[in-house]
Amino acid sequence: MGASFGAISVAGGLPWWVPVVMSLLVFAGGAQFAATSVVLAGGSPVAAVAAGALLNTRLAPYGFTVASITSRNWRTRLAGAQITTDESVAFALRETDEGQARRAFWTCGVILYAAWNVCVVFGVLAGTAIRDTAAFGLDATFPAVLLALALPTIRDQRTRIASGAGAAIAVALTPVLPAGLPVLTSLAGLALLPRTAAHQAVLRLRGACARRCGSQIASPKRRHGGED
Amino acid sequence: MPLVAIIALAGITYAFRLAGPLLRDRVRLPKGADGLIAAATAVLLVSLAATQALTQGHGFAGWARPAGVAVAGLLAARKAPFPVIVIAAAAATALLRLAGVG
Repeated sequence: MGASFGAISVAGGLPWWVPVVMSLLVFAGGAQFAATSVVLAGGSPVAAVAAGALLNTRLAPYGFTVASITSRNWRTRLAGAQITTDESVAFALRETDEGQARRAFWTCGVILYAAWNVCVVFGVLAGTAIRDTAAFGLDATFPAVLLALALPTIRDQRTRIASGAGAAIAVALTPVLPAGLPVLTSLAGLALLPRTAAHQAVLRLRGACARRCGSQIASPKRRHGGED
Repeated sequence: MPLVAIIALAGITYAFRLAGPLLRDRVRLPKGADGLIAAATAVLLVSLAATQALTQGHGFAGWARPAGVAVAGLLAARKAPFPVIVIAAAAATALLRLAGVG
């Protein structure tokens, strides 16, 4: 995946140092693909940073999850933050013992950081050899990667509906908005979610009231459970 | 992509990563934030994939590219290895173009 990132970025016309520096500093695959693809599609750097940053908001809850693992001293905190990724957090969460979780997190994170950046450099070298990107179908690889990254994140019906609606909005607005912006408008698809969340809150409140009053109003909360 | 944009993205990303270890004793993430962020991630990735598969500039990208992306989607749904997905998308698009599909 690192190699494809390096190769596609350079083949798409970016200077060699862009994917290399970005991988060292940002170190978040999805956001790197997203930001780079926005720029290559003609979007402004601001739109690219916005798309990448929004994708990386998911790292904040990860940070809270692994805080007990990295919070030994300042150095481990600062270094641990940089290697907090989907993979290192997943490996840490698989362990029940805290010592083993710590070992899994650091091993996975450090190896991944090294491997990712080495692969990007190899990809850059390969990418400079490719001249005609359209003939090789390279323009299909960025959306292909983004789709492959998206599929595991769609876990339930609500996310599916919100994603479909968001994508439809973004595609529909592409002819009229400056490049890079349509993708950000897709977040309007999230408006389909809060209604359900608010609905759940009402159900929960009703359940709490019912318990306090001692009456047994039928509470359908189970039917909607497990979605948040 | 200018260096300052890369540094901005890196700074924001690092701030997200460091928020937990710095603030966990003082702040709790609001309930439901996890779910909303996960949903936003899905919406953004799907929309990025859709716009880039279907559009070029302000118009339609032609059939070859979305067809290649669809092949990739099928392979990804079947949990194919990552390099296979990427190469299949490029190969399908390249072959369709070779065959004269726009």
